[in-house]
Amino acid sequence: MTSNTLIPNTNRRQFLKTSAIASSGLVLSFQLLGKEKDEQGNLINKEEGEGVVFNSYLTINPDGTATIYSPNPETGQGIKTAFPMIVAEELDMDWNKIKVVQAPLDTKRFERQVAGGSRSTPHSWKRLREAGATAKYMLLQAAAHTWNVPAAELTTANGKINHKASGRSEHYGKFVMEAKNIEIPKEIKLKDPSEFHTIGRFVKAVDNNEVFTGKSIYGMDYSRPDMVNAMIVRPPAFGLKFKSVNSEAIKAMPGIIDVVPFANKVAIVGKTNWEIMKAKRAIKVEWESTKELESTELHNKILTDMITSGKMDVKRSEGDVEAAFKSAHKIIESEFQCPFIPHNAMEPMNFFAHVKENSAELAGPSQNPESARNQVAKLLNLPQENVTVELTKLGGGFGRRLNSDFALEAAELSKLIQKPVKVSWSREDDMTAGIYRPACKYKFKAAIDSKGNMIAYQVRAAGMNSGNPNRENNFPVGAIGNVLMEALDYKSDVTTGPWRAPITNFLAGAEQIFLDEVAEAGGKDPVTQRLEWVAAAKANPVGKVLYEPDRFKNVIDLVAEKSEWFKKKKGVFKGFSTYFAHSTYVAMVAEVVKNKGTAELKKVYVAVDCGILINPSGALNQIVGSVVDGLGHAMFARLTFKDGAAEQNNFDSFRLIRFSEIPEVEVHFFKSNVDPTGLGEPGIPPVSGAVSNAFYKATGVRMRNQPFIDYIDDLKSGNGKKEMMG
Amino acid sequence: MSVFKLNVNGQSVSVDVADDTPLLWVLRDHLNLTGTKYGCGITACGACMVHVNGTATKSCTLPVSVIGNGKIVTIEGLSKNGDHPVQKAWDTVDVPQCGYCQAGQIMTAAALLNKKPNPSDKDIAEAMNGNICRCGTYHRIKDAVKLASKSMKK
Repeated sequence: MTSNTLIPNTNRRQFLKTSAIASSGLVLSFQLLGKEKDEQGNLINKEEGEGVVFNSYLTINPDGTATIYSPNPETGQGIKTAFPMIVAEELDMDWNKIKVVQAPLDTKRFERQVAGGSRSTPHSWKRLREAGATAKYMLLQAAAHTWNVPAAELTTANGKINHKASGRSEHYGKFVMEAKNIEIPKEIKLKDPSEFHTIGRFVKAVDNNEVFTGKSIYGMDYSRPDMVNAMIVRPPAFGLKFKSVNSEAIKAMPGIIDVVPFANKVAIVGKTNWEIMKAKRAIKVEWESTKELESTELHNKILTDMITSGKMDVKRSEGDVEAAFKSAHKIIESEFQCPFIPHNAMEPMNFFAHVKENSAELAGPSQNPESARNQVAKLLNLPQENVTVELTKLGGGFGRRLNSDFALEAAELSKLIQKPVKVSWSREDDMTAGIYRPACKYKFKAAIDSKGNMIAYQVRAAGMNSGNPNRENNFPVGAIGNVLMEALDYKSDVTTGPWRAPITNFLAGAEQIFLDEVAEAGGKDPVTQRLEWVAAAKANPVGKVLYEPDRFKNVIDLVAEKSEWFKKKKGVFKGFSTYFAHSTYVAMVAEVVKNKGTAELKKVYVAVDCGILINPSGALNQIVGSVVDGLGHAMFARLTFKDGAAEQNNFDSFRLIRFSEIPEVEVHFFKSNVDPTGLGEPGIPPVSGAVSNAFYKATGVRMRNQPFIDYIDDLKSGNGKKEMMG
Repeated sequence: MSVFKLNVNGQSVSVDVADDTPLLWVLRDHLNLTGTKYGCGITACGACMVHVNGTATKSCTLPVSVIGNGKIVTIEGLSKNGDHPVQKAWDTVDVPQCGYCQAGQIMTAAALLNKKPNPSDKDIAEAMNGNICRCGTYHRIKDAVKLASKSMKK
């Protein structure tokens, strides 16, 4: 078939048959779009209605409205609003005439349907723009044919095509049928950012109304008419093995359908969640231990041994660190440690699965539905194309839902009981069953010469199931002549996974506190010191430098200006930090005041360079929320282990930050026309460092380990002196 | 199992459940009102907030047997068209990120403003402290409560 053959009109649906634009893979054959076959054997998609499918992202309807498909999971990062804005921008579409639909997993239609790593926006930026621009081009050509005027005389605005000379103006819907006959352009011109009208506007989240009226369907709310519910009894401690269960007694309880031991756990299948929860309280499962169970005490000892004497992997080495330390005027060393912590998405884990003879249907909240599909296909020995994943709304992710354990267990259970089933986790399950932010410990060492310059920088990183606990290319690496970055990971029974801004959610704070110590030891202002390193990395880069020094300088200068860093404020103590992660540059200044023997955080200034700002409302929400998240977890989060079990299991024993504990937050975005980068994570890493550095100025205590609340409690009880001396 | 007659969102409904079934699960599993969320099951997070006789009440541990003829309002029944001043303010301020806790936040705020149309900052903090937002939207929640209070005065 040629690239624009029209498929016979069946079921009154109109489709545009195209082959992929080679450059972007953007415009796909429409046959890939659907799940059902029409009378001609062509696949169709129920959702397309009577509109014309322009590409994977976009359908334009004869009435002039458009449907834009949002391929990536919406975890609260705002992608379901921001992505359609990008399409609408290049299309010149009236935002009020757009309906946004969450697309199911469709790996033929979309690439990278993942919410993770703050990579969605940079990955899709050009693709989405081309989707809008290509459709606009074809509509313009269609209008030119219809009106018999040169396309160059036509303009577009708010979903309409205008011809000034003749005074004609019609909405896009009038031209969609004709547009099907237009050849798809091989190249398409995109707008100059100065022409943007939708990008850069404060646009409210597209799901607001559903959220505010309780209509949104999260995984927890998903149901099918013939579905049963299930909850899982998991090993009460890491390292235990299933032995036996009192199945018969539990099966006799009201509403309980089945008790199914599988995969080192026991499923309770029932009609309603409360009946299952009661059975879960009554169930008696015997577990056996086959080895020593881990504790926080043991973890602490292992981490300390690792950074003290363990032979580590060298991740980056430049110059001669040993010689530099020998010649140093001053050497400073500090250690930093963080505990395991759960993600605590407000919506506990859950997933629906219906496994049939040769296929499986999955539905639920996943940050990585493709991975869920592939793992389930492998587990059930099914072809990937026979496994479908419907995406519900996600009640938070924070990295937890990048893992597919919940989808796998739902699928495995559905296969065992031969029923469609939704597995829901209780809060206790969610908090104690693992996949945590890894516990890590760091030892920093710096050599300082007689002029106060850092001449050697060493970071020894130890983690528990952390992968690489170091980030060896982080600033100020690139500005320092002698560098040694080392790392070592320990295989613990406690399971881990990515936690919003993996590794850097703690490491960044450690770095930024240590660099504050380095500046102090060298007799330099912390901001001036950072600017010196940025300038050095630009003038004489040492080895590979991943950050752009100029963009770093932009955010440092901006936050220093907005916070009046170099001006003294009576009774106010300031702390600075800056960070480059996930391609975004962030700098922060925290302000604290003395209060009751300790210090109280009053305000955080933030400067961000994420390139072009797509939706200022969503962007601001991410940054302010990240300050709250980063602060809350640095301040309060702690999961401890005894005999292999987490000792905190719900929000009474595990403290999350609350409404009354937030500081004022003032955010400034650096104006830029650079392609946009993600904002789901970059606001997290710098928070704890800025807060700790300000706290030190007010109290003389360096809060190096998390949670910080221990230092504050110590100071309040008058025990802080010891720390100040040390 | 017993039959309970309940007044939910102005309608009389009956459910046949165990006496100790928390209102949350009656709403979600028996009445298909899933706007009220499960977050912790121990009244520590506020995701399950509803109104019982106009008072903000966490429904996750409230046994259905103690409600009697108390008037229950859930997020689905807060307004007919999603246009309660609190819902409108939440939209104007564009509060949510993941949105999971927001029904509970809105119900708490609506009950507060019903009792105290001009709440002080301290009143707002006291009322909203029982509702956790893991995404950290507290700043916008604060703005939205104040905006709603202002709009209700008009």
